[in-house]
Amino acid sequence: MDEKTLDGIIDKYPNSSGRILGILREIQIQERHIPMDTLKLVSGKLQVPLSELFALVTFYSFFSLKPVGEHLITVCMGTPCHVKGAEKILETLEEHLGLSGDTQDGKYLQTTPDNKFTVEIARCFGACSMAPVLHVDGQLHGYVTPERIPEILEMYGWKR
Amino acid sequence: MKIQTPEDLDSVRKKGLKKLQPGRPRIGVGTSSCGIAVGGMALYNRMHEIIQTKNLDISLVKTGCIGFCKEEPIVSVSIPGKAQVLLRKVHLDDAERIISLALQGDVPSDRALCKISNWDHITGNLVYGNEFEIIPEYGEIPFFAYQKKVILRDSGLINPEDIDEYIGIGGYFAGYKALTSMEPDAIIDEMKRSGLRGRGGAGFPAGLKWEITKKAPGDEKFIVCNADEGDPGAYMNRNEMESDPHMLLEGMLIGAFAMGIHEGLIYIRAEYPLAIERLILALDQARTYGLLGQNIFNTGFDFDIRIATGAGAFVCGESTALAASIEGKTGRPRLRPPRLTEKGVFGRPTDLNNVETWCNVPVIIAKGASWYSSIGAKGNTGTKVFSLVGKVDNIGMVEVPLGTSLHSIIYDIGNGGALGKEVKAVQTGGPSGGCIPVRLFDTPVDFESLNQVGTMMGSGGLVVMDEDTNMVDIARYFINFASGESCGKCVPCREGLKHMLLILNRIIAGKGTHEDIDLIKELSETVQKTSLCGLGQTAPNPVLTTMQYFPEEYERLIIQRE
Repeated sequence: MDEKTLDGIIDKYPNSSGRILGILREIQIQERHIPMDTLKLVSGKLQVPLSELFALVTFYSFFSLKPVGEHLITVCMGTPCHVKGAEKILETLEEHLGLSGDTQDGKYLQTTPDNKFTVEIARCFGACSMAPVLHVDGQLHGYVTPERIPEILEMYGWKR
Repeated sequence: MKIQTPEDLDSVRKKGLKKLQPGRPRIGVGTSSCGIAVGGMALYNRMHEIIQTKNLDISLVKTGCIGFCKEEPIVSVSIPGKAQVLLRKVHLDDAERIISLALQGDVPSDRALCKISNWDHITGNLVYGNEFEIIPEYGEIPFFAYQKKVILRDSGLINPEDIDEYIGIGGYFAGYKALTSMEPDAIIDEMKRSGLRGRGGAGFPAGLKWEITKKAPGDEKFIVCNADEGDPGAYMNRNEMESDPHMLLEGMLIGAFAMGIHEGLIYIRAEYPLAIERLILALDQARTYGLLGQNIFNTGFDFDIRIATGAGAFVCGESTALAASIEGKTGRPRLRPPRLTEKGVFGRPTDLNNVETWCNVPVIIAKGASWYSSIGAKGNTGTKVFSLVGKVDNIGMVEVPLGTSLHSIIYDIGNGGALGKEVKAVQTGGPSGGCIPVRLFDTPVDFESLNQVGTMMGSGGLVVMDEDTNMVDIARYFINFASGESCGKCVPCREGLKHMLLILNRIIAGKGTHEDIDLIKELSETVQKTSLCGLGQTAPNPVLTTMQYFPEEYERLIIQRE
């Protein structure tokens, strides 16, 4: 993220309450991860030690230090999704995309070797009525079944 | 224009009414997150295009969610003088037909869910008319018939992106009444007499919390709305904010005035982008009318609200963790006391209430404490919104008086199990709650009764489980959740939950012994008694309740081995 864009974001938060997380949230949304360079810039501009910012981005699951692929798939793991087979949805995705299912640093975030897709999980995004749900690049897909996975992936350029 | 006098407010009310009943066909498309996901926004855009290109005399608006999620996308059509009709499962291809029928004063009855002849918005009443005889009345649909809409009175019927519509049905009149004609202490007294208890789950009397915050020493204080709806399976607050954001803002305005506080914050989870967007818009509109900002209603009272976003940490629903998060720290709870009312955000006295608690305030002030306390049960007054989800036939957002039985919610409203399956249990209270077996479905839903059966009210998620659900797996699911969300500060929660998870994994893998059962029970009690905050103290509930009510499912996994 260039410095000017960052300054624009920081300017939106003149008040101390909710400031740091608000700024980090906007960086995460724009860049789809938190680049280390940007984090260093934030540290200098806000006069907050980098270690503290690092603690924040590793504590809160909304942030990720790792870049993601072209399309980001988030699978909801909330209770209604769980009882309606979210686990199976995730497995099917892993199968089709050739992902291992291993987690690193306790955070599930996996990218395909061609950098096309990243799969992550979420605790619940409150779209329980359509369980099981997932979203791709922020677009919600409800009533997902393992059979429908290829069809959803194809919408984002995946080839069987 | 700043609203300062009763005449100002009334002129906006008339303007809003004109939008709600414009004297020409009005079409509302359900565009809350769930509605959008099943095509609501595409439908809205298609209709918008048709109306624009043909320059048709139709008013098209976005509405929130009426709660019958299973039937989304829902479209409402109101033709002057005729009943408002709700259409169900509307396809993109229906757009043209709905519009052309509306112009002829008709609706596609094959898509009709029900009709509304008149609607009690509580703060106002809208009469639509009759006709459409073959379409059932709203009250004849079982999903709606057993509900009582107080909080959801406007949801799905008004445009959440237009403050005029909220004012049109009497919104901000309670705020006006409170600020211009009531003593702050009289407002607190009214709140106390209403019996309203915190809707975040713990059920602390809201009026009392206001009083404590008000009496706390210090001039600079905060009021905070907890919109960090983290319980998986609960989405009432999202819906309330997406469908009727001004109800929340008005509630906070009244609270701020009663407590003499000038700064408000809404702490909302980052996972709710649409709710954030609508709140920002609502705040802007309220400021434009002078309902937030300086010298509100010309009373000399100043108050404004800012938004602080969370970032995906379940533990931030805990009050001290939430305060830390607002301050830009990691959300780790601290020991209480001091409570937030004494030492909250940035060390200042802070009143923290859940979204739905705030949403109750305008109607209490508008209709009075005795009106409010006549709803619900003794000690548990008012209504509660629940998200009825999981393996139930009628999935949706339901609002019932407190004290309604689980049976009524799950069978009368929910129509029992989905796909004809037998319901086995219902899970309430998220990761802090428990699973209630079907034989205890006579339990009234109130704070105490749910505690007695080993679970809790929580924020209002009701996840229905059927014969295919494995209860040991559910216990493991929740322990995995709580263990992953533990902030790591105290040992019982950090290590205890991890070991409970290992034991449950062992049992599910068919390698468990009876000693494991005893061990996990003992560990559960230790974690409950010794954890620092509510997350750890309540995390064993899903294990304890499934072991109590479904011991045979654990036994089966162990016997298999022996």
